[in-house]
Amino acid sequence: MINPFHFLKKVWLTIDIPCAAVFLSAAIGAVLLNFSGANPLDAYGALFQGSFGGMSALGRTLEKATPLIFSGLAVAFAFKAGLFNIGTQGQLLFGALAAAVAGFGLAGMPGWLHAPLALLIGAFAGGIYSAVQGALKAYTGSHEVITGIMLNYVAINLTDYLTNGPLKDDTPGNIIARTPLVMETSWLHRIGSFPVGFGLALIASLVVWWFLERTTFGFEISTVGHNSHAASYAGMNVKLIIVWTMLLSGILAGFGGAVETLGVVHRYQPGFNIGLGFEGITIALLGKTHPVGVVLAALLVGAMKAGSSQMQFHAGVDKAIIDVILALILFFVAADVLIRKILRRRETKGEKVLFSTGWSK
Amino acid sequence: MFQKYINSRCGIVRGLSFLVLLVILWSYFYDSAITEAVLASALRQSTPLALGALCGLMGERSGVINIGIEGQMLLSAFVGFLVSVWTGNLLFAVLTGVATGAVIGLLLAFMSVSLRIDQILGGTVINILGFGLTGYFYQVGLNTKGKLQSISLGPLQDIPLLGPVLFNNPPITYLTLVLVLVVHYVLFHTHWGLRTRAVGEHPRAVDTLGINVFLMRYTNVVLGGAIAGLAGSFLTLEAVGSFERGMTNGRGFVALAVMIFGKWTPIGSWGAALLFGLAIALQTQLQFGGQTIPHQFIGMLPYLLTVVVLAGFVGRARPPAAVGTPYTKE
Repeated sequence: MINPFHFLKKVWLTIDIPCAAVFLSAAIGAVLLNFSGANPLDAYGALFQGSFGGMSALGRTLEKATPLIFSGLAVAFAFKAGLFNIGTQGQLLFGALAAAVAGFGLAGMPGWLHAPLALLIGAFAGGIYSAVQGALKAYTGSHEVITGIMLNYVAINLTDYLTNGPLKDDTPGNIIARTPLVMETSWLHRIGSFPVGFGLALIASLVVWWFLERTTFGFEISTVGHNSHAASYAGMNVKLIIVWTMLLSGILAGFGGAVETLGVVHRYQPGFNIGLGFEGITIALLGKTHPVGVVLAALLVGAMKAGSSQMQFHAGVDKAIIDVILALILFFVAADVLIRKILRRRETKGEKVLFSTGWSK
Repeated sequence: MFQKYINSRCGIVRGLSFLVLLVILWSYFYDSAITEAVLASALRQSTPLALGALCGLMGERSGVINIGIEGQMLLSAFVGFLVSVWTGNLLFAVLTGVATGAVIGLLLAFMSVSLRIDQILGGTVINILGFGLTGYFYQVGLNTKGKLQSISLGPLQDIPLLGPVLFNNPPITYLTLVLVLVVHYVLFHTHWGLRTRAVGEHPRAVDTLGINVFLMRYTNVVLGGAIAGLAGSFLTLEAVGSFERGMTNGRGFVALAVMIFGKWTPIGSWGAALLFGLAIALQTQLQFGGQTIPHQFIGMLPYLLTVVVLAGFVGRARPPAAVGTPYTKE
C-alpha cells in the first residue's frame, strides 16, 4: 500500500533541487537582462507566451522537445554503461538522412507502412554507426569520446557530400544542398496540435526505463557501468555489452533524427539538425540520466527554444540568453551542494548518479 | 619483419611522417607557390589546435578533464575582440583574452576541484555558457582596426620552402612553437612537472608527501585556461580580425582528440595538430582549385585517419590514472 503523503514527499525530494536550480537561474538571468537594458518580466512573459500560451505554442514546444528527448535518452542510456556517447550528433545526422532517403526513395507504399519503415531505417542507420564506435572501444580500446568526435566530423562531411552530390534535390532551379522532399505517405503528422513524434518519444522513454530497470540485460549494462571488472568476474561478456549498449544508444539517436526529418523538416538539409545531438548531452545531464528526468529536461529546453523567437520579437531580447540560463541551470543542478545549503537538506542515500567514468576505462 | 614494423607504433608514425614529407617535396617541385601557401596555412590552422591540446593536457596531467576548451576559446576570442575594438591596442587585447581564459579556467577548477562536480558536466556548463554569453552580447558590425601582422625573421625567410612557411608568421603562431617546448620542458624536466604528473596519477601519495593537491590542480587548470585564452585570441586577433557567433567551430573538441592522439605529451600533440592543420589547409585549397575529388573527402581524412590509427596503433593510449576523479582529503 503506497502512502500518498510519502509518495508526494519522495517526488518532492527528487525535484526540489532541479526546481530551485531553475528559479535561481531565472533570477540570475533576470539580473543579466536588467543589466543589459531589457525588461525581464516582459522577456519571460513573452517566452512563456511563446511556449505554453495556447495550443499552437504548446505544439511547438512538444515539437522542439521531441528530438531532444531522443538524443537525451541516447546519451543517458550510454551513461548507464559508463560510456560517454558524444557521437550522438553524427548518429542523429545519419538517422535523419537515411529516413529522408527511405522517405523519397520508396515509392508507392501505403502510409501505415511507409512512415514506420522510414523511421526504422533511420534508427538503424544511427545504430550501426554507433555500433562501430562501440566495437572500436570494446575490441581495440580506443576511447569512445575521441572516436565519437572524429566520427561526428566524418558524418558531417559525408552527409554534406551526399546531399550536394548523389542525393541532391534535382528540382529545376535548386542550388541548395538538400535532398528532395519526402513523400507524404512517410510524414509523421500532428493530431490537432499534438505531434505524433512526441508520442513516440514518450513511448521510447518508457521502453528505455523498462529495459534498464526490469530486464537482465539492463542490469548487466548498469553493472558494467559501475564496475566493469566485477561484471567480467561475474561472467558477463563486457565487450559485447559495450557494443550492444552503443548500438541501442545509436538507435535512439537515429530515431531522433528520423522523427525530425519525417515530422518537421520533411527532407534532409545540412544545418537543420546541427546541435540536436550535442544538446542531448545537456538533456541527459540535466535529467540525471533517468528517462523521466530526460523527458522533463527536454520539455524545459524545448519550451525555451519554442518561446525564444517570440521573446526576441516582442521583448527585443536576443535568443542566446536561453543558453546562458541553461548553463546556469546545469551548473546549479550539478553543484547541488550550493542549493542543499539553501534548502537545508542533506543528501539521501543512493541519490548520486553515475555519469561517465573518465577516460580510463 | 614487416609484422614487426606494423606492431611498433614508432615505425608506423615514422613511416607516415616520411610519406607526408615525400608528398610535400613532390608537390613542391610541381608547384612551389601553392605548396608554400598550403603549408603556411597548415601551420596557422594547427596553432589553435596545438594550444587547445596544451590546455587540455595540463589539466589532465594534474587529474582534471577539461572538455570546456571550446567554451574557453570562444569567450576569450570574444573578450579579446571587444577589448581590441574599444582600445585599439592589440597587445592589450591579447592579454585580456589570455586573462579571460585563465578566469574561466578558475571557474572550471572551482567546479571540479572544490565543488567536486562531475568534470564532464563542468566542462559542458562552460561550453554552453560560452555560446550563450558570446551570442547574447554579440553586436553586428563591430570591426577592429587591424589584426596581428606577420613578422619575418630576416635572412631565415629566404630559405626555400622552409623560410616562407616557418619564418614569416604572426606572433601567436611563433609563440605556440615556443610554448610547446616550454610546456614539454616544464612537464618532464622540472620538480613542478614531476609533482603535476604525480598529482594526476596518485594524488593520495602526493598528499602524504606534503604537496598541496588542490593547489597543484588549480594552478594547472588556470594556466591551461590561459593557454586556451591565447588560442581564442589567435582566432579573433590574428587569424580573422573579427568575431562571429560560434566561430571556434568545434576546434576545442578537436583539440581534445589531438591531445589524446599525442598521448598527453606536448610534442606529440603538436605533431597531431600539424596533421589536422594540413588536412584543413588542403581542404580549403581544393575548394578553390578545380579538382576532381570532392573536398568533403579530404575534409574527413584526418578524422578517419585518427580513428584508424587509434584503433590499430595507439589503441592503448593510457591517460593519467586519477583523471576525472575529484580528490577528497581524509
